[in-house]
Amino acid sequence: MKDLLIRNGMVIDPSVERSVSDDEPRDLLIRDGRIAGIASRIEPGDEREVEVIDARGLVVTPGLIDLHVHLREPGFEYKETIESGARAAVAGGFTAICCMPNTRPVNDNSSITSFIIAQGRAAGLASIFPIGAITAGSKGEQLAEIGEMMNAGIVAISDDGRPVPDAGIMRRALEYASDFGLPVVDHCEDCCGATGWAMHEGQYSALMGLKGLPGAAEDLHVARDLILAEMTGAHIHIAHISTGRSVEMVRAARLRGVRVTCEVTPHHFTLTDGDLYRSGYDTNFKMAPPLRTAEDLQAILEGIADGTIDAIATDHAPHHQNEKMVEFDHAPNGIIGLETAVPLALDRLVHRGLITLPRLVEMLSTAPARIFNLADRGTLRVGAIADVTIIDPQCNRKVDLGESFSKSRNSPFGGWELKGAVNRTIVGGRVVFGSVEGN
Amino acid sequence: MRLNRKDLLGIAELTAAEIELILETAETFRDINTRQIKKVPTLRGKTVINLFFEASTRTRTSFEIAAKRLSADAINISASTSSVVKGETLVDTALNLQAMAPDAIVIRHSSSGAPGRIAAIARAAVINAGDGTHEHPTQALLDALTIRHRKGRLAGLRVAIIGDILHSRVARSNIHLLTKMGAEVVLAGPRTLLPFDLEKIVDARPGRLCFARSVEEALRGADVVMTLRIQLERQSGGFFPSLREYSTQFGLNRRRLDLAKPEAIVLHPGPINRGVEIDSDIADGGASVILDQVENGVAVRMAILYLLAGGESA
Repeated sequence: MKDLLIRNGMVIDPSVERSVSDDEPRDLLIRDGRIAGIASRIEPGDEREVEVIDARGLVVTPGLIDLHVHLREPGFEYKETIESGARAAVAGGFTAICCMPNTRPVNDNSSITSFIIAQGRAAGLASIFPIGAITAGSKGEQLAEIGEMMNAGIVAISDDGRPVPDAGIMRRALEYASDFGLPVVDHCEDCCGATGWAMHEGQYSALMGLKGLPGAAEDLHVARDLILAEMTGAHIHIAHISTGRSVEMVRAARLRGVRVTCEVTPHHFTLTDGDLYRSGYDTNFKMAPPLRTAEDLQAILEGIADGTIDAIATDHAPHHQNEKMVEFDHAPNGIIGLETAVPLALDRLVHRGLITLPRLVEMLSTAPARIFNLADRGTLRVGAIADVTIIDPQCNRKVDLGESFSKSRNSPFGGWELKGAVNRTIVGGRVVFGSVEGN
Repeated sequence: MRLNRKDLLGIAELTAAEIELILETAETFRDINTRQIKKVPTLRGKTVINLFFEASTRTRTSFEIAAKRLSADAINISASTSSVVKGETLVDTALNLQAMAPDAIVIRHSSSGAPGRIAAIARAAVINAGDGTHEHPTQALLDALTIRHRKGRLAGLRVAIIGDILHSRVARSNIHLLTKMGAEVVLAGPRTLLPFDLEKIVDARPGRLCFARSVEEALRGADVVMTLRIQLERQSGGFFPSLREYSTQFGLNRRRLDLAKPEAIVLHPGPINRGVEIDSDIADGGASVILDQVENGVAVRMAILYLLAGGESA
């Protein structure tokens, strides 16, 4: 394998202390799939062949990690396969993605886990880290074989989309998982009498005549989980936080020392239920949790700015075009997000001055690696796995869903002009998105 | 004069001037409906498809009569299921309809927003005949025509709407129309059946919207009382304990109606549940204009078809 030398990039690595020289362009050398060195000037030796990437004006970061994607394989390959999802991931700058267990069959045992990992290896793009089910079949009744799945390679457990309704079972899951050092990821949604909901309950659901899910449905579940995490000392990770009240509760719990982390999706820091209203019942604005109010969005932005929200995760949820061509209340929840996450985050958070670029890299790489205990990732330290993302923060680009690598097209962001784009993605020292030579 | 729009999807997007135009046009058709020969050649050669994905007798018949009195060819299709059950997507339904080149498509659908999605694809005028719990614009227009006939105006009237506001497309369309035309709308019913934050949607309109704490409070001083049909499935949905209790706590009876102004009128979009949301003596009494509503429905639908399907002069 040839060495890879990334020249003159603005290297941002939140996993190490910043020094004065960090604002100068630096060279980064990759050898044998690992980070071999970072310095103001690295001269390739004569003894090895080297490929050179000119990263002048670009930002070089540890590979981005998405804690929350749906890859649909096994069972729903018409929506997405592990290969197509991994291809969309690297096109979006993600070198590692963690996939939810709601496949068919559910990833609730080690053979499914092993299958997913094998498919991921075969694709040879982004690294695939499966998340196992909390309960068998995600039915919320009996714990899944968490230890065996751990041995097979899961990095967390979750019954995403079918949150464990019984607090007693959730308590056992937290206790049991903590023995294995696994975080429990919860999609917080108490049904609140709102089965069959189609959007956030508020003025716009009243106006549109759509069944609403109140913010309280999330808040109740978050409150429960925080209380259980405090009692058990286990690590709870709140998936796709969407309400102001939930952000507030996470902030307060962390001050008390509760082991809680949380993630937010790009659509929840960008869109509101008012945008859904203005879309005219566009089913690409339908997801769980639903788009919330402008006040919630403001609280989410504050949570991002003050660090309450640890990570950005896409909740990439492919659904075939045909499935979204139906009545709003019959359309499935979810949107794709792998390829729009970085442009949205740069455009909405960094260029608007809410957070710095290093903080963004932390939310997309360092923090996710820490939350799911992914060793040797989310860092550019010498010896770490050479997962690297190169970003062009100034590039203006229009979102063209036709160019997406996902098998699905369900996104509300088609046609959006966003400032900031992924330039190249390198996994284990191999350039898997963008070319070595040109831009 | 024409409506400067392709479709009628809801009252929310209409201006007061457009509502006025529709009502004025409906007045002229009301006269035609009292003639010996009730047919005019206005829409001769035009095709109107009545596409009903949800059971309806009154509205479907009303649209059919309206189209026929305008000499249009009216075709009724009762699909009675959603795309999910039928296995054809809403988009395909729209494309197929468009291929038949109708001039107007009248749609009733159990899903909110479905007519709008079809309208975005079809070149024909799409008329919403009730979509889910969203809007039922022609019902609000015929209610307005009925009220205006009895009261001479809409502005300044106090209108009490009683019942299941949350699930009522009739209530939504009426709230939009009446507040746009300067009436004061007071809503009452079990708290479980009142939507959140509805007041916010009528900001900056000439009329007012408020929630009353009780049916009695809403009725006090009302010029117009609208009761809404209560559906049995709301009881199983846990919104209220029983139809019997609904009737005693929220139903319109003589004692409650006496709180309204002496000359108050009573509307109901039908079909009525006698003895549940409205007592028979009220439904059949002098204050009731329920059958006037049905009569005005034909005139309003003729006006809409005429204004949207592009007839010559009335």
